[in-house]
Amino acid sequence: MRARFPLLGFASAAGLLALTGCVPNAGAPGSSHAALTVDSSAAACTVSAAEAPAGNVRFRVANSGDQVTEFYLLADDGLRIVGEAENIGPGLSRDLVVQLPAGSYFTACKPGMAGDGIGKAEFTVTESAGAAPVSVDLAARIETANTNYASYVRDQVAQLVTGTAAFAAAYTTGDLDAARALYAPTRAHWERVETIAESFGDLDPKLDLREADLEEGQDWTGWHAIEKDLWPADAEAGFIAYGSEERGRLAGLLIADTATLNDKVQDLRFTLAQQTNGAIGLLDEVSTGKVTGEEEFWSHTDLSDFQANVDGASVLYAGVRDILVEKDAELAARLDREFAALQELLDAQRAGDGFRLYTELSPAEIRALADQVNALGEPLNQLTATLVL
Amino acid sequence: MGRTDRGAAPEPTVHEADPVSRPEPRGLSRRGLLGLAGAGVAGLGLGVGGDRVAQAAVAAASPSAAVYPFYGAHQAGIVTPAQDRLHFAAFDLAADATRDDLVALLRDWTAASASLAAGAAIGQFGAASGSYDAPPEDTGEAQGLPASGLTLTFGFDPALFETPAGVDRFGLAARRPPLLVDLPHFPGDLLEEGRGGGDLCIQACADDPQVAVHAIRNLSRIAFGRASLRWSQLGFGRTSSTSTSQATPRNLFGFKDGTANIKAEEPAVVDEQVWVPAADGPAWLAGGSYLVARRIRMTIEAWDRTILREQEAVFGRTKGEGAPLSGGTEFTEPDFSLAGRGDTPLIDAAAHVRLAHPAQNGGARMLRRGYNFVDGNDALGRLDAGLFFISFQRSPEQFSRVQLSLARHDALNEYTRHVGSALFAVPPGARRGSHIGAALFA
Repeated sequence: MRARFPLLGFASAAGLLALTGCVPNAGAPGSSHAALTVDSSAAACTVSAAEAPAGNVRFRVANSGDQVTEFYLLADDGLRIVGEAENIGPGLSRDLVVQLPAGSYFTACKPGMAGDGIGKAEFTVTESAGAAPVSVDLAARIETANTNYASYVRDQVAQLVTGTAAFAAAYTTGDLDAARALYAPTRAHWERVETIAESFGDLDPKLDLREADLEEGQDWTGWHAIEKDLWPADAEAGFIAYGSEERGRLAGLLIADTATLNDKVQDLRFTLAQQTNGAIGLLDEVSTGKVTGEEEFWSHTDLSDFQANVDGASVLYAGVRDILVEKDAELAARLDREFAALQELLDAQRAGDGFRLYTELSPAEIRALADQVNALGEPLNQLTATLVL
Repeated sequence: MGRTDRGAAPEPTVHEADPVSRPEPRGLSRRGLLGLAGAGVAGLGLGVGGDRVAQAAVAAASPSAAVYPFYGAHQAGIVTPAQDRLHFAAFDLAADATRDDLVALLRDWTAASASLAAGAAIGQFGAASGSYDAPPEDTGEAQGLPASGLTLTFGFDPALFETPAGVDRFGLAARRPPLLVDLPHFPGDLLEEGRGGGDLCIQACADDPQVAVHAIRNLSRIAFGRASLRWSQLGFGRTSSTSTSQATPRNLFGFKDGTANIKAEEPAVVDEQVWVPAADGPAWLAGGSYLVARRIRMTIEAWDRTILREQEAVFGRTKGEGAPLSGGTEFTEPDFSLAGRGDTPLIDAAAHVRLAHPAQNGGARMLRRGYNFVDGNDALGRLDAGLFFISFQRSPEQFSRVQLSLARHDALNEYTRHVGSALFAVPPGARRGSHIGAALFA
C-alpha cells in the first residue's frame, strides 16, 4: 500500500475523543443547536451564556491569549470531563459540539495547558422539549467494544506472525508454488488491520511498500518486493529472479519486522472514535488501492485484500452496532444493508479458496464494486458523529 | 463535403474578400480595442501587442479586459497576477523537422502570440474576413471577447536539446543547460504515458477559458506539419496568488493554497528564486526560468470521508481561515515548535505546511501557479480531479528538494498521486522584432 501517515495515531491519541466527547463541526444538519461562544484569554474564560437548553450545544472557543489553550466542559462534580477542545493555537477558534442532557456542569479554560485552569464557572443545561432523548450510560459497553477490538488486532497480528513464518520457509526453500499459494491468505491478516499496522510509520514502508513508492536508491523490502519475484510475468524486460541470498535476506526482514509489529500492538488501546474512523480508513484503502488493482500489481490478488479490508471494517462495525442501534436504528439498518450488498458482490467473485484475479474482472464488475464501496462509505461517514456525539 | 460546397460557388464572394471594404481594421476583428488602438495599426495587427496606453485604458475598464504585453525582458505569465483559467499544451516536433523549421515555428508563434495577447485575432484578416474561398485565418471563437489577461509562456523540454537516445536533432546539445535533465523518480510517482514530456510547451493563462483555449487551438494550427500536440491540460480555477492584490484561492481539498507563495511585489525574492541570472548560465537562458508541471490526481472521495480534525492536521492549517495551527491568521508565519498537549507540535511532523516550508528546505521557494482541474470521471465513477501544479524556479533543484521531502513524508500523499510530470527551460522574454528563444539559436 502507498505509505500512510495517519496523524491521529492510535497509540498516542488516548482521550482524544472522550466517550461523551466532541466532534468538530459535526453540526447535525437540519437540527437546531444552541450556539455559544467562549473567549479564552490569558486571564479569563468567558462563556457567552451560563445556560443552554438540552440537546446539541456548540461552543465556539476563540483563543485571544498568546498561549495554546484548552476548553473543558466538566460534569457536576467539577472533575469528570464531558467535552473538551484542545490544542487551540493563539488567535484560532475551534468548535466543541456536545449533546448534553439537562443538569449542572462547569466550564473552564486552560491557557498554557498546565495547572488547574482558569475561569471555572457553573453552566446549566435546562430541560428542553425538543431535545433528543439522552442515552443511558453506555460506558461499560463501549469499554467492552474497545477491549474486544484490541483483542482482535492482537489475534490477527499473531496469525500474521505464524503465516509469515510458513510463507518465508516456502519461499527460502524454493517451494515457490507453496509460497504463491500462501501469499494472499497470509496477507489477509495484515489487510484486516491495515490501518493499525500503518499507524507505525516506520514499519509500514518496510513491510508493505509498492515499487512505485520507492525513491531512487531506496532498499525495497517487504511483501511486494517478494511478490514481484514470485510473479515476474509483468516485470520489466531484463528482470532477473532474486538469488537465494537475496531471498533469504528479504524473508528474514519480513519475519523480523512482523515480530516488531506484534510487539507494538500488545498495548494498544482504542477509543470509540478511533474504531469508527478505522472502519472508514479500511474502506478508503479499498477504494484507493484494491478496487484499482494497484495494490497487488504482480500477483493480481487484489480481491483477497479487498475482502480482508472489508472484514476488518465489518468487525469494527459489529463491535459498535449494538450501541448504534440504540442511537440511530435507521443508520444501523442502512449499514447492515450496504455491508451485505458489498459482501454479495465479493462472493460472486470467489474462485476456489480465494478470488478471481483482478485482471480477470470485467470493467463492469470493477465498476459495481467501486460503486458499492462508495454506497457503504457514505453511511459509514456518519457513524463517528452519531456514536460519539 | 462542406469544402466542395463552398468551392462550387465562388463568384458572389469576390468583393467581400476585399479587406478595404470591411468595417473592421485589419487584424483587429475581435474586440473593442479598435477604438483605442486601431487607428494606428498597419499590417498584421502585431503592432498593437505592446501598446501600453491602450492596455492601461482597457485594463482599467474591467478586470477581464486586462492586457499584458507579450514582449519584455521576462516572459509574461510568470509573475503576472495568476489568471483564473489555464490551457497548457506540450508539443512534439515533427520527425522531419529541421532547425530552420524550429526557428520558423518560434518566429510564427511569437508573432501570433503578440496578437493574441493584445486581444487581436490571428492573421491579416482574422476570423470572419479574408478570402471567401479560404478558411478564415483565425478560428473565431474569441470574437467579441476581450484580451482577458491572456499570457502565453513558452518552454523547452530536455528532449529538444537531446533525445533520451542521445540524438541531437537541432544542433542544440552543446547549449543544453546542465540543470535541464528529466526530473528524478519521486516516491509514489505513478506517471502515466502521455502526461509528460514533449519538445516544447505553451502555458496559456487567461481570465476567460474560451480565450485560453482559442490561443492554444490557433497556435497548434500554426504548428501543423512542424509540431503536433503531445498532451494538454485545462485548468479551471487558479490555486495560487502571485500578487498581494489577489485573495488566496482554494484547491479541491477545500483548503487555501499558495498562501506563502512568492509574490510579484517581492522583486528581490523573485530575482533570487525565480529568474535565472546570467551568472548561472547558459547565457541564452539569462532572465528565463525553469517550469515544472505535475498533474496531481486527488482521491477526493476518500478525502471527503476524512474528519475535519485530520484534514486540518494533514495541511497544518485551519480549513476556514487558513491560519497555521500554531495560531494567528492566514499570513501569520507558522510556529513549528509550538507544542500542544503531550508536547506534540501543534503542526504535525508530517503536515503539508511544515514539509513544504522554506525553513525545512534550505530556504528553497518556488513561484507556484497551479490550477484545479476536473477532467470528467474515471471508469470507477470517481471524478478525475486534482491539481495541475505549475512552478517556476531558478533551478529545478528547488522543486526536487521540496518534492522529495513531500513525497517521503507528506500526510497528504494518502490522498494524492502524481500522474504527470514535465520540466521545461523557459527562455527570457522576446524583444519586439525578435522571437522567443532567439538567443538559443544565435
